[in-house]
Amino acid sequence: MTPLAGYLLVAALLFSIGLAGALTRRNAILVLIGIELMLNAANLNLIAFWRYGPHPEALTGMMFAIFSIAVAAAEAAVGLGLVIQIHRHAKTTDLDQMNRMKG
Amino acid sequence: MSIVFYILATLTIAGALAAVLLKNTVHCALALTVAFAGLAMLFLELDAQFAGLAQILVYIGAVAILVVFAILLTKGSETPKDGVFSRTWLAGLAIAAAVFAVLGWAVIQTANLLPNSAPTPTVTVQQIGQALVGRYVLPLEIVAVLLTAAMIGAVIIAMHEKDGAPK
Repeated sequence: MTPLAGYLLVAALLFSIGLAGALTRRNAILVLIGIELMLNAANLNLIAFWRYGPHPEALTGMMFAIFSIAVAAAEAAVGLGLVIQIHRHAKTTDLDQMNRMKG
Repeated sequence: MSIVFYILATLTIAGALAAVLLKNTVHCALALTVAFAGLAMLFLELDAQFAGLAQILVYIGAVAILVVFAILLTKGSETPKDGVFSRTWLAGLAIAAAVFAVLGWAVIQTANLLPNSAPTPTVTVQQIGQALVGRYVLPLEIVAVLLTAAMIGAVIIAMHEKDGAPK
């Protein structure tokens, strides 16, 4: 197995674990954790392809990963702010109980 | 494939599994930190020093702490009585397994076409900085605006509503 295939398999496994967490957990914060794991798996793919690609000196994959990290940080801040506000409103972070759009 | 890769991959996958499976939410956040650290070390193993250190700064330093704060502010550390997994957990697990099967199949099928080895790229932080303010200056400015907007938005969303204040 080539090194690149190994990194891609690890990223695929990490993405699937994050997807399983986002789809199966009840707590909204754990769903956000699953989404973060999926974003990180994508970053690992970008860096691995940058490292083993034909032109690493062009820095494209690396730049994509750095911007992706910045966007993921913004997403985490807004998402956790929303969870805190929903908890203040509905007194729960259980997604199975949040089944109404109307407060 | 070096032994270091196997150790780091095992550490990352174990941290991610623990973050998804553990019952106590605070333990999940700490396991998530382990997964982030393993990923940062995988980035360093891939000769992406800047991305690895940015990963440590942003994820372990900021996102993990933010998650712990959110858990403590929402009393999420109490294990709910009716289990931590939703009613439709079986369907979610099946979807995730199917996605992994497709991704893994695609990687295994094309493994022979992937490059076996590449010379170690020598990328200095100076080159990254010049690329950021040169070729990638427009995305950099857009990310700056996005981060400012996200910060203001998060503060406004989480701001405490006073009683009687118009909603």
